[in-house]
Amino acid sequence: MTETTVGIGGAAGSFGAGTGQGTDMVLNIGPQHPSTHGVLRLRLVLDGERIAAAEPIVGYMHRGAEKLFEARDYRQIIMLANRHDWLSAFSNELGVVLAVERMLGMEVPARAVWLRTLLAELNRVLNHLMFLGSYPLELGGITPIFYAFTEREELQRVMEEVSGGRMHYMFNRVGGLKDELPAGWTGRARTTVARVRSQMGRLDDLVLGNEIFRGRTRGVGRLDAGTVHAYGVSGPVARASGVDFDLRRDEPYLAYGELADVLRVVTRTEGDCLARFECLLDQVHNSLDLADACLERLAELPPGPVNQRLPKVLKAPEGHTYAWTENPLGLNGYYLVSRGEKTPWRLKLRSASYNNVQALVELLPGTLVSDMVAILGSLFFVVGDVDK
Amino acid sequence: MIVSAAEDLSVFGTDPWWLVCVKAVFVFAFLMVFVLVSIVMERKVVAWMQRRVGPNRHGPWGLLQSLADGVKLMLKEDLIVKGSDKVVFLLAPVVAAIPAFMAFAVIPFGPADHQISIFGERTTMQLTDLPVGILYILATASVGIYGIVLAGWSSNSPYPLLGGLRSTAQMISYEIAMGLSFAAVFIYSGSMSTSEIVNSQDERWFAVLLPVSFIVYIIAMVGETNRAPFDLPEAEGELVGGFNTEYSSIKFAMFMLAEYVNMVTVSAVATTLFLGGWRAPWPISGVWEGANHGWWPMLWFTLKLQLLIFLFIWLRGTLPRMRYDQFMKLGWKVLIPVSMVWLLLVATVRALRNDGYDFQEITLYVAGGVFAVLLVSLLVDYLREKGDKEEEAARSLAPQEQFDPMAGGFPVPPLPGQTLPPVPRRKPRSERQLVPAAAESLNDTVSVDNTAVKETDGA
Repeated sequence: MTETTVGIGGAAGSFGAGTGQGTDMVLNIGPQHPSTHGVLRLRLVLDGERIAAAEPIVGYMHRGAEKLFEARDYRQIIMLANRHDWLSAFSNELGVVLAVERMLGMEVPARAVWLRTLLAELNRVLNHLMFLGSYPLELGGITPIFYAFTEREELQRVMEEVSGGRMHYMFNRVGGLKDELPAGWTGRARTTVARVRSQMGRLDDLVLGNEIFRGRTRGVGRLDAGTVHAYGVSGPVARASGVDFDLRRDEPYLAYGELADVLRVVTRTEGDCLARFECLLDQVHNSLDLADACLERLAELPPGPVNQRLPKVLKAPEGHTYAWTENPLGLNGYYLVSRGEKTPWRLKLRSASYNNVQALVELLPGTLVSDMVAILGSLFFVVGDVDK
Repeated sequence: MIVSAAEDLSVFGTDPWWLVCVKAVFVFAFLMVFVLVSIVMERKVVAWMQRRVGPNRHGPWGLLQSLADGVKLMLKEDLIVKGSDKVVFLLAPVVAAIPAFMAFAVIPFGPADHQISIFGERTTMQLTDLPVGILYILATASVGIYGIVLAGWSSNSPYPLLGGLRSTAQMISYEIAMGLSFAAVFIYSGSMSTSEIVNSQDERWFAVLLPVSFIVYIIAMVGETNRAPFDLPEAEGELVGGFNTEYSSIKFAMFMLAEYVNMVTVSAVATTLFLGGWRAPWPISGVWEGANHGWWPMLWFTLKLQLLIFLFIWLRGTLPRMRYDQFMKLGWKVLIPVSMVWLLLVATVRALRNDGYDFQEITLYVAGGVFAVLLVSLLVDYLREKGDKEEEAARSLAPQEQFDPMAGGFPVPPLPGQTLPPVPRRKPRSERQLVPAAAESLNDTVSVDNTAVKETDGA
């Protein structure tokens, strides 16, 4: 077999053995490629248009987040931590403050707990809408993303009003939230949630019912439950393969324990791209329900603080803990080891996308280049979350 | 309708040389302006579909946007890839663009008698016509694809190469379906000359008479012009830019121009062959006697053209891209067989009519035939699905060998074909049982309590 390498730089290295006959082509998808949402690089060995072998090469966006955590105090870490997955900033902050609060043995005011739950769910909707829009775009449908973004915009306005940020909210603090809600915010949040829910049907009609879309996603990139477990895949991607695991239900944090009757863990058994997309879409509906439930509960709660007074120097006591949360994209965990200093001795970050992307090695071989795009998009990853 | 054995094209070829030049320039200018308007229209319409404003900076209502884009593209740096085959690389955009214009020479803008007068010279609204006009269009359209194929090959880069290859396959498969849909029109009109074909649609448009051919042609023409949902050669999500990845500046502009001119050309062919060409649409032609005379036909022609262009834009705004193999399947397994069977039917009906059978009887036969074909296809689908299911069931029953992830001393993920033993998962809290106090230290679940876990590590 002769292997002709067509490509620049890194692709020139010999890589694996193509299964095809004749001349194989090594194709670099990325680090700059329209369908990789950033700088994920895939090295594909092609036999015609069929992929013989695939290897995700990560690390182009490595920012040394874990090392930087060690040089920041616990207030500053929140700001760093919300950046690795820029589409779920609020949920990222949450893990850090939960870990520190647990170390400190700190009780968070009830209103703050419910507010955090609400904002985390709104953040989930924001995140999912992004992928619900961008996935059809990768498959060539240019319109759905604009509908998704119209709804995102409305939600973002609500989030911006409460936190001042549109992407990196920085609204969590150890012991609660940064600020009290603006006057009348809950009412506006409620109308926004209702409006977003009423407009979700457009995505159903435009994308999910489309024959071409179904043809491109059904039965493509089938991920079985065994591979999910082997690679530590989590979140909607795992649930689409029938792995019924959701921390919000299985190990409730925040107020999810009390929301058990509203929370519906969306699962599918097919494990293909369509199932993953449907999971995401259904999760949005459920998250909107959860947000409504939180808003109702907030209205009933007696007035009270949303945060606690913190000492000037915030030190976590010596020890270690692991706080994991069900982020929009999957399990997001922080393993916090403290030696009683102002800064953590080590803060290990377990990000969802990193594990999810590894499954590409299993999914891609044997598929076509067009399927590669469908599969890549359906793994719903953020490159910052992969490279940390 | 009577099949005219030898059509009379003596009207053509009598113009003085300066009138031929004027007409040629007019066709060129018409195409250019139409393309510029179409691009603005496309961007505006897609913007409305996506609840955006669309271009509105250049000229009134953004009308000069495409002109500004064109000028900007010409001023861009012109790159020639070092490893490319330079001659072919430079030639490709030209090869793509020129045939796109050429096909328009035989498109009739108006009736084939001396209806209009230019500088006192009475003439037809058509540059020229050939007894084999449609074959000429097919030929020029095929040459245009060479531009794309050569661009993909000469760039010496993987994405354009894949784009070029896709384009070749697309071309081959869709030309056949297209040709077959034309054949039905030839049978009905008895001519391959464009003006004759329009003439024979004076009672009924061929879109009504030959709906299957019309639909097949509409699909084939979208495939032929590489437009969404069949824009595989330039699928930006997969192949970055496809065949034009390495092109910039005016060469890139040529490809864009070729794409849009092709769109206009295939729409013009669709109008001529199926939508009555320059004929006024029904309510107008019924009410107004002069609608098909003088300069008016050009208006109807342009409107029909614009409608088809809108169809292109509509498709682009709505549909995701098809996969390459699905697209080939659609071409070879659906469009071509359907066209074949339809052509057979059309030919039979034609022959029957020539032998003097009455229309109702024929309709009955045709409907029966179509029904039978549909029934067979349904049956085939049903059987195939059943077969697939059985196959799948057999596959799932096949024994699988055990895979021990810890065999090498450390855990490894399974290789393709191997499966992991089920991983024990924590039970939901509701199902979990309380662990007796003595066994608490053995409990390895992460306890979520608010007291910090103290650990002395010798420090």
